[in-house]
Amino acid sequence: MSSADNTVHMPTWLRVGVVPLVNLSMALFVSGLIFWIIGENPIEAVRLMIYGAFGYQEAIGYTLFYATNFIFTGLAVAVAFHAGLFNIGGEGQAYVGGLGMALMALAFDDVLPVYLLVPLCLVSGAVFGAAWGAVPGWLQAYRGSHIVITTIMFNFIASALLGYLLVSVLIAPGSMAPETRKFLDSASIPYLYEIAAWFGVELSRSPANGSLFIALICAFGLWLYIWRSPSGYALRTVGFSERAASYSGIDARKVTVITMCLSGGLAAMMGLNEILGTQHRLLLNFTAGYGFTGIAVSLMGRNHPVGIVLASLLFGALYQGGAELAFDMPKVTREMVVAIQGLVILFSGALAYMSEPWVAWVYGKLIGKHVIVEGAV
Amino acid sequence: MPQAPVIDLAIELRGVHKRFGDVHANRDVDLQIRKGSIHGIIGENGAGKSTLMSILYGFYKADAGEVLIDGQVVRLANSRAAIEAGIGMVHQHFMLVDTFSVLENVMLGAEQGMALAPSAAAAREQLQHLADNYQLNVDPDALVGELPVGEQQRTEILKALYRGARVLILDEPTGVLTPQEADQLFRILRALREQGVTILLITHKLREVMDVTDSVSVMRLGEMVAHRETAETSERELAELMVGGSVDLELNKSLPNTGEVLLEVKNLGVRDARGVQVCRQISFNIRAGEIVGVAGVSGNGQSELLEVLAGIEPLSAGSFNVLGQEVDSKYKINPKTLRSLGVNHVPEDRHRLGMVKPFSAAETSILGYHDDPVYRRGPLIDGDKVTAHCQALMNDFDVRPPDPSLRSAAFSGGNQQKLIIAREIEREPKLMLVGQPTRGVDIGAIALIHRRLLALRDAGVGILLVSVELDEILALSDRILVMCGGELVGEVPAGDADKAQLGLMMANAREVENV
Repeated sequence: MSSADNTVHMPTWLRVGVVPLVNLSMALFVSGLIFWIIGENPIEAVRLMIYGAFGYQEAIGYTLFYATNFIFTGLAVAVAFHAGLFNIGGEGQAYVGGLGMALMALAFDDVLPVYLLVPLCLVSGAVFGAAWGAVPGWLQAYRGSHIVITTIMFNFIASALLGYLLVSVLIAPGSMAPETRKFLDSASIPYLYEIAAWFGVELSRSPANGSLFIALICAFGLWLYIWRSPSGYALRTVGFSERAASYSGIDARKVTVITMCLSGGLAAMMGLNEILGTQHRLLLNFTAGYGFTGIAVSLMGRNHPVGIVLASLLFGALYQGGAELAFDMPKVTREMVVAIQGLVILFSGALAYMSEPWVAWVYGKLIGKHVIVEGAV
Repeated sequence: MPQAPVIDLAIELRGVHKRFGDVHANRDVDLQIRKGSIHGIIGENGAGKSTLMSILYGFYKADAGEVLIDGQVVRLANSRAAIEAGIGMVHQHFMLVDTFSVLENVMLGAEQGMALAPSAAAAREQLQHLADNYQLNVDPDALVGELPVGEQQRTEILKALYRGARVLILDEPTGVLTPQEADQLFRILRALREQGVTILLITHKLREVMDVTDSVSVMRLGEMVAHRETAETSERELAELMVGGSVDLELNKSLPNTGEVLLEVKNLGVRDARGVQVCRQISFNIRAGEIVGVAGVSGNGQSELLEVLAGIEPLSAGSFNVLGQEVDSKYKINPKTLRSLGVNHVPEDRHRLGMVKPFSAAETSILGYHDDPVYRRGPLIDGDKVTAHCQALMNDFDVRPPDPSLRSAAFSGGNQQKLIIAREIEREPKLMLVGQPTRGVDIGAIALIHRRLLALRDAGVGILLVSVELDEILALSDRILVMCGGELVGEVPAGDADKAQLGLMMANAREVENV
């Protein structure tokens, strides 16, 4: 039969290149409908958003700043996911991690130089975040408490704990706001414009800071860990098949606890960007939901570090562009911007495979062959 | 097709094509099945039998070709259409709700109207009618989960007949049955044939085809390669048609040359996760250079025994001594420790234990050995070394396709199993624990695996072989242990064993157990 030889597989560039773009376009199209309903010009809105996110140096800086938070929390979700764990506690782990950083900064910012204090804060934050992740991990591994439940509860505990500490213990003397005193310069990570200035390049001021590089290093390191190290091999084995892990002698419980430490530690790194990078003090609710959005970022990035960096950029742009939009278009509220982000998550994450057969069909019509979509077997 | 003029065909397939990506699962398949006959379809794993049956049952749509039922071209868009056309299917893995009664299972999906009571009464009557006609006796109020496997299967058959099936497809129906239960099934099938039901039997067991079918079709690599009247063919001819060449089914087994005791099991007891005693008072030993077979119907404690000896699950009573290492209920040995002692394990459930399906073949080829410094470069795993290692295993065991980067799940069952056995044999074990080494494996691979196991034994390795295939146990073992209801019910030297006797030991003791 001739028809049988007339089939081709869906090419990779369609699958990883075109399909996500189609998904994103669908999300933007539906968002456009919403704008049209409330009487704003959708094209103008998209233009404003893109301009607001990438149009000028300061905008790009803000986009990168938000993206840095998303890389950390996205990686945190991804590493747990590969071990078959759904860590919803990034928010709390980041919060407690910030505390770990702040304690070191408050204690030593008058004695240690920046090149010692920042690494010390980093390690301390990582340990605090890891501990906050390890407890639910331990409870799941050895006591059978479901990690989704415990990590959510640990978010609330973290929130209450930090609230108490900031209001009653760590609050700067004489201050009305529940936040610590401002750290000295020795506890701050330099801004990107400062770093650029060392090389004689002039950039506009923005909160984007050196944490971005640490985030990218973390992404690369996590890739190495998951796909190139023996521990990562064990981690993925546990994630795919706990039975295969026990067959091969891998202690799934230990892997669970270690992975949750890593996950919590990565989430805590968000504090580098927020606490040491920009705020220079510990303040109430600095995590602002980034821990939760990390779930969407990881989902959209297919739990792969490269995907997560790209998804973080997109979400950073949505945050920054959305803020500009809410500012420029009076009818557009903050909630509408959140709705757009939700639509992007919906189409790119939850409905990621919906458009594949359509794209395959169109491509098949164009080349006059029957295109097979992966996963049809 | 050169066929005699046909009058009464229950099913006819003409030129059926089905492709999945690069795989041509069915290629120009023609098939004619006489009404009221038992027709066998045989072929190795991946020959396209299941795909063909799925087309017949409306799961897949053929790319090309026609399906005729009672001489009429039909379009089977889904399984409901197939059921309406009078086709019933008994799957290899039963599609039953364990917590429902037989009656509820039979009715499921075929209820009439909103209220259950009237249709339940009607179903009960109908069920009685079927039971009387076909000797299909099952208590309609028994919970399916509490029934023996043979009766669960009968429930599946009843389900199909209740829906008005005139063509019954059975996919590997004897895989979970004792020889006696299988005989019972064949009696039922013959009774159904007398009543005009057409039966399609998918199997890889040549003996069954010879025993029970009227005619047989052989598939190979997606094509129908031969149609035979069963009376006019032989096991050997069918085997050669399946493989596409001559096969050596004979194994040359020398006398065992046994040495020291490698494994000594003393009054071993095992409880499962729910605390149910699944093995009790088990004692035996294995010496170097012998194969000890454990026979038994699936689910009689042999799987649990194997997992305890492999260090996967803890034991609850007694102890065992493996290569000088004492293990009891206080000390659970780690599979890693066992491997370092020289105890290797080919697990029963290769999909969930022996490999990680989404892993590449190369990654699966180091499962259990990922910590081995041999595969390292610095602190990281050296992908090139792992790939080269996997390639060597693949060449040695003729794993096809020999591509280490392919996903483990993409290989056929036989090739997956060859890779797993290659991985374990390569480590030069002293004691091998082997579970169902040829389950779902094609004939060519079975012969290779059997020869390798015998070679290992001749080299002085002690082997514990757990299998539900009696033929396999008989072919390989030097001593045979029979397990039933979690206990060892007997030990037979291989030379004295015959199938009927073993079958009785496997089944009788179970009846005692149920009393």
